[in-house]
Amino acid sequence: MTEEKKKTIFDRIWDVFASVKLAIVIFSLIAATSVVGTIIEQQADPEKNIKVLVKMFGIGHGAAHSILGVLDSLGFTDMYHAWWFLAFLLTFAANLIICSLDRLPRVWKLVQEKIRPIPASYVEKMSIKHSITLQGKEPRLKDTAAAALKSAGFKPAEATEGQSVQLYAEKGNFTRLGVYITHLSILVILAGAIIGIFFGYNAFLNLPEGETSSVSYKDRGTEVPLGFDIRCDNFEVEYYPNTEMPKAYKSWLTVLKNGQEVMKKAIVVNDPLTYQGITFYQSSFGMVPNSAGRGVLILKTHSKDGRSEQLNLKVGDTFIVSGTALTGTIRDFSPALSFDQAGRAFTYAEEMSNPAIFIDFDENGARKFSGWILKRFPNTGALPDGNKVEFLDYWGVQYTGMQVRKDPGVFLVYLGCIIMSIGLYMTFFMSHRRVWLTMTEEKGNMNVLIGASANRNRVSFERKIEKLASAMSAGHKGGK
Amino acid sequence: MSSSFFFGLATIAYIFAMILYISYLAFRKNAVGMAATAVTIAGFVSQTLAILLRWAEFKEIGGMGWLRAVPLTNLYESLIFFVWCLIIAYLIIEFKYRNRSFGAFITPVAALALAFIDISGMSKNIQPLVPALQSNWLLAHVMMSFIAYALFAVSFSTGLMYLIVRSDERTEGSYIFWTVTLGIFIVTLAAMGIDYLTFKMAVKSQEEFIKGYLFRATFRNASTVISLVSVAVSALFIFLVWRYGGVMKKIITSFNISAETLDELTYKSIAIGFPIFTLGGLIFGAIWADQAWGKYWTWDPKETWSLITWFFYAFYLHSRLMRGWKGRKVAAVAVLGFVAVIFTYLGVNLLLSGLHSYGSQ
Repeated sequence: MTEEKKKTIFDRIWDVFASVKLAIVIFSLIAATSVVGTIIEQQADPEKNIKVLVKMFGIGHGAAHSILGVLDSLGFTDMYHAWWFLAFLLTFAANLIICSLDRLPRVWKLVQEKIRPIPASYVEKMSIKHSITLQGKEPRLKDTAAAALKSAGFKPAEATEGQSVQLYAEKGNFTRLGVYITHLSILVILAGAIIGIFFGYNAFLNLPEGETSSVSYKDRGTEVPLGFDIRCDNFEVEYYPNTEMPKAYKSWLTVLKNGQEVMKKAIVVNDPLTYQGITFYQSSFGMVPNSAGRGVLILKTHSKDGRSEQLNLKVGDTFIVSGTALTGTIRDFSPALSFDQAGRAFTYAEEMSNPAIFIDFDENGARKFSGWILKRFPNTGALPDGNKVEFLDYWGVQYTGMQVRKDPGVFLVYLGCIIMSIGLYMTFFMSHRRVWLTMTEEKGNMNVLIGASANRNRVSFERKIEKLASAMSAGHKGGK
Repeated sequence: MSSSFFFGLATIAYIFAMILYISYLAFRKNAVGMAATAVTIAGFVSQTLAILLRWAEFKEIGGMGWLRAVPLTNLYESLIFFVWCLIIAYLIIEFKYRNRSFGAFITPVAALALAFIDISGMSKNIQPLVPALQSNWLLAHVMMSFIAYALFAVSFSTGLMYLIVRSDERTEGSYIFWTVTLGIFIVTLAAMGIDYLTFKMAVKSQEEFIKGYLFRATFRNASTVISLVSVAVSALFIFLVWRYGGVMKKIITSFNISAETLDELTYKSIAIGFPIFTLGGLIFGAIWADQAWGKYWTWDPKETWSLITWFFYAFYLHSRLMRGWKGRKVAAVAVLGFVAVIFTYLGVNLLLSGLHSYGSQ
């Protein structure tokens, strides 16, 4: 009681922050408020959230409006950036630091403390114990026991007291630190996140094919200089054969520094490009506004006898299928061609979901054949006379949409993740195990008393000790 | 032979195993118990084969490597994998603790889940992967998440059983907690079953079903009378569970499983599930998000709910250290934790929108 009174205010605050209770309160607060945050769509159009509220609680539009107003003023519409949510996270961090500091000295002492021989009466009280009696004298028993302990992964030490010899050993005492390593890892991750907030940014860049940019754009259109130039050489959507399922969104990018090409990479979703700490992620795509007619049609001709040539053309152009007398004239282009039931062609979308060109083929002034050649179906370019025309791309009318990110804190976040994995492994899959093995000679027989303890996973250690005991009995019999 | 043949075989095996396990509980004949285990193992082998075959089919259709063709990309496949994990977890417990009593609970869950998948018309077609899912992280992230979910499911059932065994009086908090939880669980399942039977014809997809028709046949019925009656019937049912909960206690006590074993099983499955969930669910998920979207954490509903789940189990692990929190209180936390798991797995995909909406196709 007297000690209670001596506590200063600082001590009291320290105790509060060192308590598991505070941890549990904080867990609950973060979890409970996050639930609200997942129902109310964050940073969204208010009408959207009003609809959600109306649907979820069956209330009127007006009531939903006023509820949303209250939630908005409390910060719930952008709650992960609200001061109080950040305060929760900071309290969480403070709790982690102080409760770890509070307990660490004691645990550190335990870790540092070396195992010592103990009297037999202590062994009797251990949670795991085993005693065996071996008939007759056994001079080599100690070696058998030491070997058994070694094969279980222990390095036994030896102490003699009167008639008894004790072998004792421990392992995994450092695993007591696992909890603190896990706590530390959370702090490292939080530190990485803070560095990311202050020294990094998230931006986007819509880059048309063939164009170069030296900046990216933040949310409200603010320009962020990249420090180098980036060019989009090409953008393609690849499809699974004979389906409408997209297989890959792919952008061919070139990084330029002072006009020199320094890096080239084709990025797809899940495989970004990183240059000087800035990373470009494939995120969307679309048609450049008012670009119709500005693009280039890229065709490749293959003659029967194996000659081929790549051509850059426009609608209305005429070309020669090289190596033949055949000429083609591009009459029409469709970004998304389909055929109706009567077999008439029509365009079903503005996007380039199924680009096609209509070509008239003539030989010596006479029309030979004409028809649509589709980019996604190369067989449509096989001409009846054995020649072939491939429609490779309509280039220069699409843009690739990219997430642009700089985050110097990611390194710390990853480091934290690695530390956390190690900490959790130590905490849940390893334990501090100690064993004392006392051999006493009594009336011509050998009494062997094994005592052991483990701070976790006691049952599996108990099984190991049983095995050790039976190995000793067996070794003894074998020795006879 | 195709994968669906072996899935059918597994379903039938689990139904047989269920009958055998229940007769084992009734008659305590060792031979019946052995047969139950053998049939379960046969079902498990057949299901494993089915998963491998589907994996191979997927690899063929998608034209990609083994790592990326893992059949875990929609609700159908993930439910099947969940059942697989549940069965293997059960078999491990059976062999380690030499106790077959849980089998009578686990095999019906497995059989029901597989049968539900079959009759609900959930899309079984193998679809090639959309670009966002084409990553080597898919295998590790999804598989580890589901192993953790299955372990949490085990902790839910053992936690609930612990509460049942350890509560005596009807006025006790823990007794009221377990009866109400179990009551709500059954009522929700029943209401969804009624929805399904009522609107089966009207719906085209699973997602549409949940989004548009959830509880429309009962609590959210157009007719006020029906919805009031539904509430009254549910309340009555929960009351009955509360009134006659003692019967459950008798049944579970007859299994010869001590309360300590149940507590240990709850702790063990969480102690293994938590690190797996942290690494596979949260950390691998964050790394993948970082590669695909350029943000390792976006507070997207799926991420946030995983974090909420994580906090629940962190809460569980820490509350065991607190004085006076051993036993029933922590068991209640384990039970509530699994509610968060269910919401993370199904609720988020079906009810909330976000980046993670692949699973609902």
